[in-house]
Amino acid sequence: MKVHSADFIERSAEAIGDAQLQRALGNVRAGFIGKRAKAAAALPEFEAIRDAAVDIKNHVLGHLDVYLERFETNVKAAGGHVHWARDDDEARSIILDICRKADAKTVTKGKSMLTEEIELNAHLQEHGIEAVETDLGEYIIQLRGETPSHIIAPAVHLNRDQVEADFRRVHSHLDRTRVLDSPESLLGEAREVLRQRYFEADVGITGANFLVAETGSSVIVTNEGNGDLTQTLPRVHIALASIEKIVPTMEDLSTILRLLARSATGQEMSVYTTISTGPRRDGDQDGPEEYHVVLLDNGRSALLGTEFQEVLRCIRCGACMNHCPVFHAVGGHAYGAVYPGPIGAVITPALAGIDKAGHLPNASTFCGRCESVCPMRIPLPKLMRQWREKEYEQGYQPGGMRRGMSLWAFAARHPRLYRIGASIAAPLLSRLGGTRHRISRLPFASGWTDARDLPAPEGETFMQAYAKSKTRNAA
Amino acid sequence: MEDSTSKDGGRPARPTVGLFVTCLVDLFRPSVGFATIELLEKAGCDVAVPVTQTCCGQPAYNSGHRKETAAIARQVIAAFEGFDHVVAPSGSCAAMISHHYPALLADDPSWVQRAQKLAAKTHELTSFLTDIVSLKTVDAAMPSNTTVTYHDSCSGLRELGIKAQPRALLSQVENLELREMEDSEVCCGFGGTFCAKYPAISEVIVSAKTKTIAATDADLLLAGDMGCLMNMAGRLRREGRSTEVRHVAEILAGMTDAPPIAGTEEERS
Repeated sequence: MKVHSADFIERSAEAIGDAQLQRALGNVRAGFIGKRAKAAAALPEFEAIRDAAVDIKNHVLGHLDVYLERFETNVKAAGGHVHWARDDDEARSIILDICRKADAKTVTKGKSMLTEEIELNAHLQEHGIEAVETDLGEYIIQLRGETPSHIIAPAVHLNRDQVEADFRRVHSHLDRTRVLDSPESLLGEAREVLRQRYFEADVGITGANFLVAETGSSVIVTNEGNGDLTQTLPRVHIALASIEKIVPTMEDLSTILRLLARSATGQEMSVYTTISTGPRRDGDQDGPEEYHVVLLDNGRSALLGTEFQEVLRCIRCGACMNHCPVFHAVGGHAYGAVYPGPIGAVITPALAGIDKAGHLPNASTFCGRCESVCPMRIPLPKLMRQWREKEYEQGYQPGGMRRGMSLWAFAARHPRLYRIGASIAAPLLSRLGGTRHRISRLPFASGWTDARDLPAPEGETFMQAYAKSKTRNAA
Repeated sequence: MEDSTSKDGGRPARPTVGLFVTCLVDLFRPSVGFATIELLEKAGCDVAVPVTQTCCGQPAYNSGHRKETAAIARQVIAAFEGFDHVVAPSGSCAAMISHHYPALLADDPSWVQRAQKLAAKTHELTSFLTDIVSLKTVDAAMPSNTTVTYHDSCSGLRELGIKAQPRALLSQVENLELREMEDSEVCCGFGGTFCAKYPAISEVIVSAKTKTIAATDADLLLAGDMGCLMNMAGRLRREGRSTEVRHVAEILAGMTDAPPIAGTEEERS
């Protein structure tokens, strides 16, 4: 997994300066927050379902080996194949191998963040296999050569007119006078173009929102129906899933499904929820001849039993980023990682190392809104703080920051010294504030004063003033 | 009431409160400390200010300096555990003590119980006044037709559930009309060291906040945490806006002699 998070500051500055992007990011605030709140409020047992879902996932994570083996047994019993991949390399090889055996020229793809994590499209391309994204958002960014900027709305950084321009550029065989002025007309055109690709495809690759152990099923949730066509029309269906996607039973699946769409888009259910169990059976109307599940670890099992285990409860709804003030300010690409936002700030260091992803858990105000809306109650701020601790312990924290904070912490542990420092600083800053009671420019604090004035202290510290008032009262 | 009479005097015992001043109030805004004392005394408490306090340790904690923070936490516990209650004019610092100290010292058998005991009796000011001691009346008055808007600081709101308490208290202030801003529960972009580490992002967030503040056309912006207040006040001034900014305690105590945070109101001195 490639990570470009070292450039987070430059990338975020660029994002902030991009007026088009800033307009598009307004859609995140406007499009998700109110709808989620309404959907949650309309379901009286929403909080109870969250608790139940947390219990289900905690149980699974405590017995992951058992459920994965049960899942494998049941996939095989249904006539499917299970492949175990330790890392991205293995997953890519397994998938390429299946495609080659199927003599595939083209594969269609349902939306899958995991294929982004292992950079599957580029790998297939290198080996002469064309991968066609079929989710509208994914299709758009594939045309543009971009990566998703959001885990459920990959093209949320774009405006409609940009998409229209891309479609006119790429679909040059279509009538140039056609009208493409609404999301519906864009979707209609993508459907038409993609329809042919579905029939050409030899292999369909999807992700999986869930794996059900008791039946050996993979489950996908979509709004466009593209996933269904991807997994039923080609001869071979490959579902790529990370190991923590497992739930024990269909009952558990239905519990968590009640949270997923509500938390993600504010829908009660997504338009399509599709459960695949094995290949086409005798008498089935449709379905693939071969059904493969590739189970990917890629660093996840190393989190089991650690202080980061809770992140494996994630069901990838995107609510954390939809509600994150930092995501709203800079968008998904600034993070320079496959998974943006608060969940990405916790997952990326886990998968790529804190040395490569140091900015991500630091770029949070710890406002806690992500945790408050996370359907799986993942304590994201706490987990980000734990990454900051790792960064400090392992010596990756920037030197100035580390020394400054150590000095400050030393003073805080020595009240008399601290008092003296404060009683020097307060009147000094107060004088700098003058009669306007604020400071417009202050060396060493330009991070503050570049964007805002620094309110000046009133004069004495509270401790000084309080001591004086005590003496006065005693006199 | 009988239960609260002291054994020797027969008069109702006044609960003792240790005032956790907070480092920002100490350095920048002593008025808030005095307003807090005024309110606590009005509510019938005996207030003391331990001199060995400095800061709750949150900057170090959120920077990953866990061991140093634990040392600060032990110092705070030792200084405050003798009081009936501990009150801070900040949801953020109160949450640090009540939510994070027990977790921070969880592996330290000699301190974890003391941390838990302190956590149980530590409160943010407005919630203490409404939920614990019930301040009967707020006898404060503003100049006629004063409009205020209230920002819900994140830690207080999400870690302590503080939302209704300051509004309930403000509703008793004469001549004060509360005009809610849009997204009052959205972060102001302060985030402690965040605003220094990522100033450009912080600027975007605080600018969105000042826009919603300005849209209310309120005379006064209030909140319960100095960090957020300094951030929003500093940005409002930089934008040339005249909204006066104060800590909610100043209004509730009727102590508005000091100039507002970051000045104006004709730059009164």
